[in-house]
Amino acid sequence: MKFTVNKKEVFASTGGRPFDKKKPLIIFIHGSGLSHITWVLQTRYFAFHGYSVLAIDLPGHGYSEGPALESIEEQGKWIADVIDSVGVKEASLVGHSQGCLVVMECASQFPDKIRSIGLMGGAGAIPMNPELLELAEKGDPKAVDLMMDWAHGPAGHFGGHPVPGLHHINLGGSIVINGSVKNALGVDFRACDNYKNGFEAAKKIKCPAINILGDRDRMCPVKEGKKLADKIKDSEVEVIENCGHMILLEEAGKSLAILKKFIRNNHPAE
Amino acid sequence: MDPKTYKFDTISLHGGYMPSKNAGSRQVPIYQTTSYLFDDVDHAAALFNLEQGGHIYSRISNPTVQVLEERVAALEGGTAALATASGMSAIFLAIMTLCNTGDHVVVSSQLYGGTVNLFRLTLPKFGIKATFVKPRDTEGFKKAIQENTKCIFGELVGNPGNELMNMPEIVKIANEAGIPVIIDSTYQTPYLFKPLEHGADIVVHSLTKWMAGHGSSMAGILVEGGKFDWLKTDKFPTMTEPYEGYHGLSFAEEFGPVAFTMKARAEGMRDMGPCLSPQNAWNVLQGIETLSVRMEKHCSNALKMVEYLSNHKSVAWVSHASLKDNPDYELAKTLLPKGTGSMIAFGIKGGKEAGAAFIDNVKLASHLANVGDTRTLVIHPASATHSQMDEATLKLANMSHDMIRLSVGIEDIDDIINDFEDGFRAAEKPRLVANK
Repeated sequence: MKFTVNKKEVFASTGGRPFDKKKPLIIFIHGSGLSHITWVLQTRYFAFHGYSVLAIDLPGHGYSEGPALESIEEQGKWIADVIDSVGVKEASLVGHSQGCLVVMECASQFPDKIRSIGLMGGAGAIPMNPELLELAEKGDPKAVDLMMDWAHGPAGHFGGHPVPGLHHINLGGSIVINGSVKNALGVDFRACDNYKNGFEAAKKIKCPAINILGDRDRMCPVKEGKKLADKIKDSEVEVIENCGHMILLEEAGKSLAILKKFIRNNHPAE
Repeated sequence: MDPKTYKFDTISLHGGYMPSKNAGSRQVPIYQTTSYLFDDVDHAAALFNLEQGGHIYSRISNPTVQVLEERVAALEGGTAALATASGMSAIFLAIMTLCNTGDHVVVSSQLYGGTVNLFRLTLPKFGIKATFVKPRDTEGFKKAIQENTKCIFGELVGNPGNELMNMPEIVKIANEAGIPVIIDSTYQTPYLFKPLEHGADIVVHSLTKWMAGHGSSMAGILVEGGKFDWLKTDKFPTMTEPYEGYHGLSFAEEFGPVAFTMKARAEGMRDMGPCLSPQNAWNVLQGIETLSVRMEKHCSNALKMVEYLSNHKSVAWVSHASLKDNPDYELAKTLLPKGTGSMIAFGIKGGKEAGAAFIDNVKLASHLANVGDTRTLVIHPASATHSQMDEATLKLANMSHDMIRLSVGIEDIDDIINDFEDGFRAAEKPRLVANK
């Protein structure tokens, strides 16, 4: 669906069901350069099981009007604006990678609006490889190839997508390429690299949190994810074996099962 | 710093498959099963509603077939692939996924005869009409586009005349019109040409041919490029509007770069069911393991045959884009640097009768209705593969009655040439008698 936030048009997938503000809301926030498409194997389930779902395209990504927001702090604030714009009081947030930083920032700045948080492939800080950052800021598609290589575990490199016929790396790469390498991925990478407030934000989070990590994640390794989880007061950790950074797709079924249990317990639907 | 994703030959062997998820079996297992256990009622409902990925019923998907799909998607550089029972069913599925009654497609006139008949006779029964354009008539493709045109379809190297479409130019025309390009890349395989890298949006293959390579198994596939933005206009309601079959799902909104494949599988395989058997998928996978080495030999043998035929006194003309006097020579050099393929069309002096005598007297070359076998194959298209086309359609396809279609195999080249000598000698006899 399309709606307006701060006078700019925003697109969000509603998981195939009409948005209903009477139902508990879950907002899904994608990773660097990506879009709402990455969440399709989580959103449809919740949308058909009592929740309202918004898998948003961050500004300047997917079908949302740009430009991309340049800092994680701004993006966190923007998520709170999304909640206000759709006329609800609170939401649960689920983020992937950069989306985790955004979730933490939002939950720490606006604790009264956030009911629970899910972090997939998260860490307290996501410093970027300088060469990768430079390539992305120049708009070089090689940045996308490198990102897809590092982001995927064995399933991405060999095969075995949860949805028959889909190809992990080419699908992920096309989401980024269909957007803007320079104006979305480059801006996102810089925002991640600049962000230093992760652990401080984590300490301020009051709601329950689940950290879902992949043991083959080379971008946000398990030890970094656990370090972050230690800083969040009410926090659980689940590690999925043989899984890289693209947890939400590489192990869509397992990550959904963990998320289902966590959200049902902490933000139940009627 | 370079990505360490696997390259073509490695993907040909390993793509789409992890032994660790299959009891350590080094070879891809053949999942000879119709259906798959659900964990519980919730799981079943989630699978049927596309909330979760997984297998339900082998008409829709199968784990062995899935390996083939991911492998071909990887080799073509696609976001997704859907394997089918044959190349023809892949084409039918592609068009039915895209078009509604009242829609129109622009089609190259030089196609496999079965494909011509699909567009000329069968699709009009569903209210989908086609305009045929000669493959070299680039401007003709532009002129043929109508308000209701939903795609341009063609073979890069046309069957059987070997004329090339100027794909980069045709892609520009399609982009301007906001419609996708579908390329049947059976003749090339991704070893020689990757249409998606040149701007095509969907690739179809008859995997029966060079990809499987051994003349043993029927199979087809469609591969999605993932770059076409279905939501940019309201021209593609089948992709963008809420679909009643899945509770109002918009495939384009939910699945983006894989929307076409998801729709083709969820609707097309559900309702039409041209599924590939796991045994045939496995046979094709065996073929793909040696795709590079076979294609290299096919192409080198083909070049030797082109030279032999071009210098033969019984041959009136040869069509192969490797020939310097071929109108497509420069385009082929650009698009097909690794080789122009192993299909040769040639005209035999003495016309239809000489052609029949030639075909009846070659012994090593097989006379049959297939191409892309490891073995050398010959046929007289006007009396076989393209015989259901009327004179006007034959003319539009630039097909003459003296044409012989040759699919060069990977036998020893001396043996193929010796066999052709026997054929040409027999073909000359009726003419010698007539001259006397």
